[in-house]
Amino acid sequence: MTELLALTLALPLLAGALFIVATASTRAALFGFFAFGLFLALAWVALDAVDVALTEAAIGGGATGLLLLRLNGRMRHPVSLGEPAGPRLKIAAGLLAALVTLALGALLLALPEPAPSLAAATVEPLPTLGIGNPVAAVLIAYRALDTLLEIVVLLIAVVGLRALGTDRGWGGRPVPWPEGGPSPALVFLARLLIPAGLVFAAYLFWVGADAPGGKFQASTLLAALWLLAIMAGLAPAPSSGGRWTGRALAIGPLAFIAAGAIGIAAAGSFLAWPEPVAKPMIIAVELALAVSIVVALVLLVAGPPERETGR
Amino acid sequence: MMVSLLPVWAVLTPVLGLCALLLCERWIRPERVAAPFVGLSLYLSLSMTYQVMTSQAPLVYALGGWLPPLGLTLRADGVGVFLMTLTALVMTGVAVCAWTPSEGASSRGRFSFWALLLALWSALNLAFTAQDLFNFFVALEMLSFAAVALVALDGTRGALVAALRYLLFALAGSILYLLGVGLIYGRYAVLDLAGLREIAQPDTVTLAALALMTVGLMAKTALFPLHLWLPPAHAGAPAPASAMLSALVVKAPFLIILRLWVDLLPLPAAAPQQIMAGLGAAAILVCSVIALRQQRLKLMIAYSTLAQVGYLFLMFPLMPGPAPWQDIGWTGGLLQLASHGFAKAAMFLAAGLIYEALGHDRVAELGGLARRQPVTLAAFAIAGLSLMGLPPSGGFIAKLLLLTAAVEAGAWWIAAVILAGGILAAFYVFRALGHALADGDPPVAPVALYRQGAVLALALCALAIGFVPLRPFALLAIGRPLEALEALP
Repeated sequence: MTELLALTLALPLLAGALFIVATASTRAALFGFFAFGLFLALAWVALDAVDVALTEAAIGGGATGLLLLRLNGRMRHPVSLGEPAGPRLKIAAGLLAALVTLALGALLLALPEPAPSLAAATVEPLPTLGIGNPVAAVLIAYRALDTLLEIVVLLIAVVGLRALGTDRGWGGRPVPWPEGGPSPALVFLARLLIPAGLVFAAYLFWVGADAPGGKFQASTLLAALWLLAIMAGLAPAPSSGGRWTGRALAIGPLAFIAAGAIGIAAAGSFLAWPEPVAKPMIIAVELALAVSIVVALVLLVAGPPERETGR
Repeated sequence: MMVSLLPVWAVLTPVLGLCALLLCERWIRPERVAAPFVGLSLYLSLSMTYQVMTSQAPLVYALGGWLPPLGLTLRADGVGVFLMTLTALVMTGVAVCAWTPSEGASSRGRFSFWALLLALWSALNLAFTAQDLFNFFVALEMLSFAAVALVALDGTRGALVAALRYLLFALAGSILYLLGVGLIYGRYAVLDLAGLREIAQPDTVTLAALALMTVGLMAKTALFPLHLWLPPAHAGAPAPASAMLSALVVKAPFLIILRLWVDLLPLPAAAPQQIMAGLGAAAILVCSVIALRQQRLKLMIAYSTLAQVGYLFLMFPLMPGPAPWQDIGWTGGLLQLASHGFAKAAMFLAAGLIYEALGHDRVAELGGLARRQPVTLAAFAIAGLSLMGLPPSGGFIAKLLLLTAAVEAGAWWIAAVILAGGILAAFYVFRALGHALADGDPPVAPVALYRQGAVLALALCALAIGFVPLRPFALLAIGRPLEALEALP
């Protein structure tokens, strides 16, 4: 039964990957990529990794697909770094890729069975944190430093992306999206999807404490909704040098570091959550992080700022 | 070991500075916002070094009170504080040299430069104190994104192409590294270095994982033959950015490779060490020859970085003892890392000032520079001394230690490569110096003396390492071998 399920999930993945590589049209490849992301998410669900599945659907399929779509829309003529690969190079690359896949497969089969795991250890301290999802506990408690610094990575990416803009566009807004103005169908879709999406994002955020979900997935959804609103002309893109943009980007890391410092005084260790107020503190920090993540993702997908022209 | 919050603040202070820059962007000039954080980070690094030296023990902190394998620790050992001091001094020198409030640089360039400088500093401090394989990955991500953006800062077509190529290499390296981390977790369910040291076996999965991680890190550290991205990237970035990239950024992945093969899975005299040394030797010979043929000063310095990175990899087979950190190969390699850091930062900054003064950096047209900008040229010459490995300089001590270790280990080919690399370096440094000392009277734009002084100070740091005694350096052995943290102290 599980083999059958695995097979039905693996076949579309292989077919999708082949389609993306083989198809001649960039647009078709992009839509193939969206579908591929969804099938990959389903595969993660089948592996009981719902947290990974949500992230894959949101970031891997959704946000990355949107980014590629935007890029495809803005690139009038393709730019190449060198000569296009000839057939010999393609065959060699294909053979190398197949070899790497086989080697990795062999390594995976050589891993010990049953796999050693920290799962039991992650569950034990959960009551002191007031949360029920061990994945959330890994992200916000055991490996909180990694989470904090991953948000900093997002900030660095935003700074780097802004640096790619022109001098004249510094501090301005990203280029507006569809250059001819939004189609009525898109506006209708946005009006329909955004309220429902907001409710679902709030649900994902809240449920993350005890079930798969959480701030990152919720923030990605919110960012996607904002981008949809920008595309439909219902909301402005954030101004890259605006005072609220800077505040929104900084609030996440600052709140996290402040909570860490409170931990020194109240729980004896930096980034420790003092037991009676652990859950409210965690939620406050996650809200602040969500603000930073949403603004960072929107800025990253919308692209470097251009000169302010007024829309 | 001593429990101390200092490593945590060393990582987070630059992050606070980055947040402050974002908050104050509209009101205060970026260099003024960044300056206090540069000063504070310098103070933190120096005081950590002082504490480690006086107590002869590493500074350790378990974040949130969670012990490995569940939690993360930061641990500043002797090597860690040594490299953090190098980072702090180079960053301060770069900051002084880039402090040009009156100049007409765009606000885009200035804001981005200072924000990325702080981001790099945080990433480097994390890479030097982290104890967990995934924590290293986070440090590498911060490092790569900040470094790629610095390369693209000039905004010219060439700079953007170089940055894109760098990004592709860096991301390929990240994927290989992450793949290795995944395999290690699947094999042991532990990512903490001290914990892994106790249980790691040299079996197929472990060796394959280490190989994947090492190759990924080699791409990031630009070891021959994965070096093609570096010369255009380091030569195309603004000079203060090139100084950070060449002096510091390529060193962090190297340190992680070193820790994989010394702290995680120490293998006495095996094939991986020989292969790494072989690639290092090839880098020294090939890239030094290419450096000789460069017409532009910055490209010549960038190729020299590739050769000098090669020396670092020579140390792997030269630490045969059961405690590698007691061997002179260990000291030689790490002193080479630091003296190259200082010397290369000074050289790139000097090249930047020369470009500002002359309006170009063509090696053949440097005539008359010695008379018009003697301080900058002196800094360039002193830094060159260290690259060639002539006494008195850090490069001399480092290469002499490596040479002695090679002779003791009977690795004659390594000894020959070290000597040949020194001669080749002498050729390319003297070629540039010869042109600069030639007669000429070019029109020269004024460059503030304090900026030339900062470059000279960095070059003198490279010189000062030359006065370290010729034996295993005690600081570099503090905190080794790793011990697992059994309980919260």
